[in-house]
Order: sequence, then C-alpha cells, then structure tokens
Amino acid sequence: MSTETITSSEYIKHHLTNLTFGQHADGHWGFAHSMEEAKEMGFWAINVDSMFWSILVGGLFVWFFSRVAKRATEGIPGGFQNFVESIVDFVNESVRDSFSGKNDLVAPLALTIFVWVFLMNLMDLIPVDVIPWITQKLHIAHFMKVVPSTDPNVTFGMAIGVFLLTLYYSIKIKGVGGFAGELTMQPFEAKNPIVKLLLVPVNFFLEFVSLIAKPISLSLRLFGNMYAGEMIFILIAIMYSAGWAMGLFGGALQFVWAVFHILIITLQAFIFMTLTIVYMDMAHTDH
Amino acid sequence: MNINLTLIGQMITFVIFVWFTRKYVWAPIITALEGRKEKIADGLAAAEKGKHELELAENRAVEALKESKVKAQEFIAQAQKRADEIVEEAKGNARSEGERIVTAAQAQAEQEMSEAKEKLRKEVGLLAIAGTEQILMREVDASAHKDVLEKLGAQL
Repeated sequence: MSTETITSSEYIKHHLTNLTFGQHADGHWGFAHSMEEAKEMGFWAINVDSMFWSILVGGLFVWFFSRVAKRATEGIPGGFQNFVESIVDFVNESVRDSFSGKNDLVAPLALTIFVWVFLMNLMDLIPVDVIPWITQKLHIAHFMKVVPSTDPNVTFGMAIGVFLLTLYYSIKIKGVGGFAGELTMQPFEAKNPIVKLLLVPVNFFLEFVSLIAKPISLSLRLFGNMYAGEMIFILIAIMYSAGWAMGLFGGALQFVWAVFHILIITLQAFIFMTLTIVYMDMAHTDH
Repeated sequence: MNINLTLIGQMITFVIFVWFTRKYVWAPIITALEGRKEKIADGLAAAEKGKHELELAENRAVEALKESKVKAQEFIAQAQKRADEIVEEAKGNARSEGERIVTAAQAQAEQEMSEAKEKLRKEVGLLAIAGTEQILMREVDASAHKDVLEKLGAQL
C-alpha cells in the first residue's frame, strides 16, 4: 500500500472493506472495487476474505486437534497432546461448571467456539498491512480484511448458529408447550385465568426481546471488541507514514496495544464460549 | 460491513467444524483422558493395596519372629532340663556302680581272706601234727631229738 498517494480516511476505509464477490449493478459477477459497490451487491454476495481466513484458521484448528486426538494415548502424553489436553480440560471444566443438563454436544461446541474465535481474533495481532500488502503485490486481491471476527457476518453467523441450537434444545427438552409457556407465562404470573391471558402479550414482549437479545449481544460483543481493536491498530499504522519519530512512537504503541490485545482476544473467545454454555444450559433447564 | 451470504457461509462452516470437532477431536481426547484417569485410579488403588499388604507382611514377620524366639527359649529350657537330668542320671549310675564294685571287691577280699585263713589253719594243723610227731619220735629216740628240732627249725 502506497500511503503517500492516499489520504488517511481512504487508508482506513480501505482497511475496513471486505473482499466481496457478487453481482455488480450491471449484471456481471465479480469482486467489488469499493465499499459502495460491495453495498450495492446486497445480500447475494460473499466476503471472500472473511470466509477464507475463518475457514483457514478453523481448518488449522480441527486439523491440528484431530491429528493429536487420533494419536492420543492413555499413557504419558507428549508435548502436543499435553497442550491439546490442557485446552480440552479447561473447556470441559467450564462446561461442567455452567452446564447442568445432559448433552454431549455442548462441550465440543464450546471447544470449537473457544479455539476458533481465539484464532480468528489472533489474526488481529498480525500487523494490519502485512497480508494486504502481500496480496496486492501478488495481484490476488485489492481488499483483504484478515480478521474474520471484525466482520459482523462471521460473528452473527456463529451467534445465530448457537441461537438455533438453543431454540432446538428448548423445544426438544421442554416441548413446544413448555417453550411457549416460558415465553408467555413469565415473568408476570397470575392465578386468575383471565388475568393470565391478559398478561400473555406483556410477557411475550419481554421474553421475546430477551430471547432475541441473546444472539445479538453475543455477536455484537465480539464484533465490537474486535472491530475497535482493529481500528486502533489501523490508526497506529497511519503513524508510520508520518516521519521516523512518529513511526517509532507508533511502533511502541503498536507493541503495547498488541500486548493488551492478547488479553482482549482471549477474553472475548472465553466470553463467547461461556455465554454459549450458559444459553445452552438455559435451554435445558426449566426456570 | 454489510450483511450478506457470508452469514450463511459462516453458519455452515460453523456447523461443519462443530460436527468435526465433536467426532474427531472431542471423543478421542476425552476417551484418552478418562482412560488415563481410570489407570491412575487403578494404580493408586494397587499402590494402596500393596502398602497394606506390606504392612500385613511386616506384622506377620514380627509375629513369627516373636513366636520363634519363644520356641527357642522353650527349646533351650528343655535342653537344659534334659542335660540336668542326664547328669543326674549319670551321677546316680556312677554311684551305684561304684558301690557295686566296692561291695564285689569287699566280698572277694573277704572270700580270699577266709580262703587264706583256711589254708593257713590247715598248714598250721599239719605243721603241728608234724611237729608233734617229731617230738614224739624224739621221746622215743633221744638221739634223734636234736635232729628233729633242727629239721623243724629248718622247715619253719
């Protein structure tokens, strides 16, 4: 990226644009060349960079973990197995602490979320210009957002996945009636059937909002944190084009922010996992 | 920043990853972990059992030692007693034997003495008779008196 020829706002905008593939306004299919073009493509377009990086890091995760799992021994574990086991143990403990039901999907779900989100967030620690610079030099793509969790599609995709699972298990465990009752018979309860009926819309409104709030808060929390973190990295990166003194200062800042960011990315992955476990637990228990 | 197909793509990827993790990551690792847990529990139980057995064996050894000590004591006492008995018996035997030998010797001596006395008596008698005969012969033959006495004297 030649920062001399473009303004700071262009630089930021460039970094915040996904590599989107879809149908152009004139009808032909191809990559969008600007944020506006990407917007015009509407829903039937795909962010190739988000998909690529999320599948890449997720694939690395399942490849590495399954390779270790395949060779897992009951005897003395080797280095890799030790590492994988410590993560599995950690997730297992978290699930045991917060999940009271009986469902052997929850723990692998939590493990996938924790490691995958962590790895997607980890992409944030790669200096913002490195990968876009490489892809531009190789003429692969003009835009390249390497942190999938700064794409709301990605966080919403996972949150909706979790949400659908909680809906499925709510209905499976409590039945349609039980689930509907949960949505309409509380928090306001009454003995009188007429009052009860009158309270249904009020209860439903409250419960529905809280139900919908779960996936939205789940995904926006991760997205917001990562987006903000990425934005700060981009702002720091602008300093590199403002002389060696500012560049040096920017380097120091970037290091400090990166160290701090290690905490954030781990914490966000952990929060996403824990909330998933909690939502799954709520789906399995009557309250 | 707009919502598009990526959402669906991510959901599908998510489902595939979760399915894959459940089948090829979680299951084998948890199996290994549980297996190891069991192994460790078994090992600890075996160690506990071994310790307990060692304790029992030690107790048994102490008991056996005590018992053998008591037995040895008994044996020694018995042997002592037996030895005393043997000595006593030997002493008794020796005494009676000695007495027997002494009495036998006495009896023999007495017998020999009486035999000698008898013999002496016989000889004295014979001598007396012989002497008397000589004297009587002298009375008869005076000249022969002196010879007889001399003869008697030589005989004595």
